[in-house]
Amino acid sequence: MAVTVKIPPQLRAVTGGQGSESVEGATVAEVMDALYAKHGELRDRVAGDDGQLRRFVNVYLDGEDVRFLDGLATQVPDGAELQILPAVAGG
Amino acid sequence: MAATSLQCKECRTPYPLEARYVCERCFGPLEVAYDHARIEDVPEARRRIQGGPQNIWRYADFLPLEQPPASARRASSLSGLPAGCTPLIKADRLAERLGLGEVWIKNDAANPTHSFKDRVVSVAVARARELGYDVIACASTGNLANSVAAHGAALGLESYVFIPADLEEQKILATGVYGTHVVAVKGNYDAVNRLCTELSGEREWAFVNVNMRPYYAEGSKTLAYEVAEQLGWETPDRCVVPVASGSLFTKIARGFAEWRELGLITGEAPKMNGAQATGCSPVATAFAEGHDVCRPVKPATIAKSLAIGNPADGAYAVELARNSGGGVDAVTDDEIRAGIRLLAETTGIFTETAGGVTTATLAKLAARGDIGPDERVVAFITGEGLKTLDAVRDTFTTHTIEPSYDAFEQEFAGVAS
Repeated sequence: MAVTVKIPPQLRAVTGGQGSESVEGATVAEVMDALYAKHGELRDRVAGDDGQLRRFVNVYLDGEDVRFLDGLATQVPDGAELQILPAVAGG
Repeated sequence: MAATSLQCKECRTPYPLEARYVCERCFGPLEVAYDHARIEDVPEARRRIQGGPQNIWRYADFLPLEQPPASARRASSLSGLPAGCTPLIKADRLAERLGLGEVWIKNDAANPTHSFKDRVVSVAVARARELGYDVIACASTGNLANSVAAHGAALGLESYVFIPADLEEQKILATGVYGTHVVAVKGNYDAVNRLCTELSGEREWAFVNVNMRPYYAEGSKTLAYEVAEQLGWETPDRCVVPVASGSLFTKIARGFAEWRELGLITGEAPKMNGAQATGCSPVATAFAEGHDVCRPVKPATIAKSLAIGNPADGAYAVELARNSGGGVDAVTDDEIRAGIRLLAETTGIFTETAGGVTTATLAKLAARGDIGPDERVVAFITGEGLKTLDAVRDTFTTHTIEPSYDAFEQEFAGVAS
């Protein structure tokens, strides 16, 4: 099941400049793991030691913050778009 | 300038003073770090500030700019749309109504576009120009849109403002008139913010509250500087401040802290009370439940200028409320309407819904007995009532009469002359 992940400029240094990636995964956790497998340094940037997303990292599934869904356990349909963005903007 | 770098608030990694806002190592927010020279002669430093222009550039030494915009003297200005130096009013009738000792209203609706946002936009746009940007933009709940559009017009910069499509009409009209690009996004503020965060990575624009956010946020410190100066170089005992992203709330405290450290002002660090609407209260909820982080919510409140469901500085706001001995409270839409009326009836200041939230929270703290009889309290009124007129519709009676003496006398029969 292919999922597109959009990567913000702040993380492109560790994705070889890639702004998006196509990976496999049925849940947000699986998609992120597939992404970490491609780009090893990415894990440290967006996840804490417990594997959870850092507090200033937002992940959106088709525009919805996954915190409103089931977090890392959220099911990801085939062809969906996952977007990683910094949480510190606005106000 | 005294600013030396940007620094991650979480892991302390330093970055140059550029248009960036996120730590690339941990995604934490960046803020401006300073190295202020020790102030040897405090009276002289105070006189220097007092001799400055009647706007926020009198505090330029404490802001992250190479050069403050040409500001001439006193009330005149050579460029832009100078903000600040708004009235601090002693609100005795409000204090009496609430059974409090001493209440002051910082009326920041008295800014060029009628909200405190002119302070933060002034700083962000001045820095954006220093960095060579010629397009400014923002994600806004309304007041920021007004301010960015107006500053763009004043300085001859192109601007793009992104707002939720369901915003109050007054705020949309008061933005479009400046000749900006108004982009109404079909979604709530958090969706607007997400879009702007993505756009800021792809466009070479200065988004005042995204990639310019560290500079933007510094502008809010000038509210603390001004209040301290207006109170005779002293801190108040307590501040009541509306909370949306939590940036204003935390930066007011930061302003007092900086000046206390430099010895420019006397008094203790004020207790900080945050004010939210029940329909969008992620910070108040985290405070009440003893959490360190805020769980995002979907906003549903008449206080649209505070309707940020995923507050960027929420965790810092909770921490500040706790450490300062204050708190964060939430008030209902009915309490907000009553708050607007209370402030208007007792001070002559007509505020928008956010000010209703602040006033209602002050009333709540008073009713709960949280405020001591000797306390000097400052309530920060950040916006103008004319922008949210719907909030006061049908809250009073209009006497409609024929244009005759008798008609008037009949309508007001029994009212003492």
